[in-house]
Amino acid sequence: MFIGAIGCEPLQLKRVNLENSHRLDVYRKNGGYEALKKVLDGMSPDDVINEVKKSALRGRGGAGFPTGMKWSFVPKDNPKPKYVVCNADESEPGTFKDRYLMERDPHMLIEGMLIAAYALGSQTCYIYTRGEYRYLIEIADEAIREAREAGLVGEKILGTNFSCNVYTHTGAGAYICGEETALLNSLEGLRGHPRMKPPFPAVAGLYGSPTVVNNVETLTAVPDIIKMGGEAYQKLGTEKSGGTKLWSVSGHVNRPGVYELPMGYDDMEKFIMEDCGGMLNDKKLKAVIPGGSSVYIMPAADILGKDVRMDYEGLVAAGSMVGSGGFIVMDETVDVFESTKNLIEFYKHESCGWCTPCREGTDWLVKVFKRIASGEGRPEDAQLLLDICDNIEGKSFCPLGDAAAWPIQSAIKKFPEDFKRHLARLTETEGALT
Amino acid sequence: MLIAERFIMSSQFTPNNPLPQEAKVPEEIARFSPEVEAEIERHLAKYPPERKRSAILPLMFIVQRERGGYLDPPGVAYLADRLGVRITDIWEVATFYSMINTEPVGRYHIQVCKTLSCKIMGADRITEQCSKRLGIKPGETTPDGLFSLSVVECLGSCGTAPMLQLGFDYHENLTEAKVNELLDRCQRGEYQPTVGVKTSA
Repeated sequence: MFIGAIGCEPLQLKRVNLENSHRLDVYRKNGGYEALKKVLDGMSPDDVINEVKKSALRGRGGAGFPTGMKWSFVPKDNPKPKYVVCNADESEPGTFKDRYLMERDPHMLIEGMLIAAYALGSQTCYIYTRGEYRYLIEIADEAIREAREAGLVGEKILGTNFSCNVYTHTGAGAYICGEETALLNSLEGLRGHPRMKPPFPAVAGLYGSPTVVNNVETLTAVPDIIKMGGEAYQKLGTEKSGGTKLWSVSGHVNRPGVYELPMGYDDMEKFIMEDCGGMLNDKKLKAVIPGGSSVYIMPAADILGKDVRMDYEGLVAAGSMVGSGGFIVMDETVDVFESTKNLIEFYKHESCGWCTPCREGTDWLVKVFKRIASGEGRPEDAQLLLDICDNIEGKSFCPLGDAAAWPIQSAIKKFPEDFKRHLARLTETEGALT
Repeated sequence: MLIAERFIMSSQFTPNNPLPQEAKVPEEIARFSPEVEAEIERHLAKYPPERKRSAILPLMFIVQRERGGYLDPPGVAYLADRLGVRITDIWEVATFYSMINTEPVGRYHIQVCKTLSCKIMGADRITEQCSKRLGIKPGETTPDGLFSLSVVECLGSCGTAPMLQLGFDYHENLTEAKVNELLDRCQRGEYQPTVGVKTSA
């Protein structure tokens, strides 16, 4: 599988293809822990937050919230301990970038967390990793051990007054725990139900203390931001979305993999047809889900010849979202009704059951999809699906509900013929699809 | 802010909640070797002393590993006792997470990923092949207790699809031949898990 950068110098991926890249000596030989040293050598916590603000780094987990701003929400006068939590519960279908960052470069994550902890006045960091990624927890535990022995984790780091511990924590198979407040409940030993916001975790998070939850890719961007300066990092990308972004490419392309692109890479068609090696078996492109299963599906017609820019604003303009960067390519053999059914089964399985719109809504969506698939669909079923989506979207406790509704809404809108075909087996009436 | 904060605190587990004695399962509480106890201590040490409950998931993995692959009642009683929570608190959490088994599973638990990227790269073929060869449907265990077969949601192996997880090991870029070879090794008792067997640091 390909792992590398296109259109820019590799930044987050610059070490991943080195031999023993997960080892401390390799990391240090290649610029590792220099950013931490720079921070401890004379930057104040506010200096660090300002650099991150200047970098225009946006949360890479999916929501794209400006990281520097998130950090600045942590109250300075709160006497409680503060926590930095890394969200490594990567489970958005189509997304696997964090896995390779943690497998190949775990020290980059530890360094990023330590810098975040310094900026926020925290002495404890947790890496919440999905339970299935057990081998990554073993790699992280080993990296933490190495760092501790080298005086980089624990008491008086690098001989300064800064002390900070880093611990791994395991999830146990629940997509919802990627939502930050559900993750915090899970980390407290509870069911992974999301919490009411506000208060936001920055004010009352883990154990009711101020907490920052950041994705792996977000935290691993921090050492480079400190080393090169926020402004230089921002210039790698666009004004509003700084730096580079990792895209997890899967599906019908010749070269799936993890691709690091500058934010604002300006041609999605070239990305698929050249950078990713083109379509598998020379089939025609039918659709792309560019940002993980939760975002709107894009038909080929919205990509080919359209110069779709790959950043937050560019993808919204093209009718979708960056999300987590889980880039799923589908060729002409894929039936979008079937692919959407597959995704809604995922959301039904992963709905935590906490709120009624999502719990009942996703269940009904699956029932209607199954009815259509079994050949017993009714002409009004497409409209029924949209009505159910309308009763979930914006009405559920957390964004999982929206994430379940969006793929269906966009699939029915962009690929009506695939739905029509399944419904037309029964009736000549086209119902909502006319 | 204060009201909201109070809401958060009251809606969650309060530390050192006294245990009502009658809630304890009386008959048997699991016992573990000093090595396993040391492993459990290492996990507990990661969290503030009054927040032992945070270790519930890591400890559940250890208990299910030591108790034959699932949380049996003595294992559940152990966890409640060790963490200072009620039996129902343990069940409440155990039933939420898909990797915590509350029923026995086969020695080789084969989990085929079924979500979109794997689906369009041939996941159904892999499931069918396993199902046919083992003579069980997804969700079932072979009568000899050797194999369980499950279809599961996205395991983050989309670029190397189709894939399955066996125990904690990922097997990726699967072909019919690779699956056959893997099942052969299991049936001959030659399959050695590479991940999650040693006591972690």
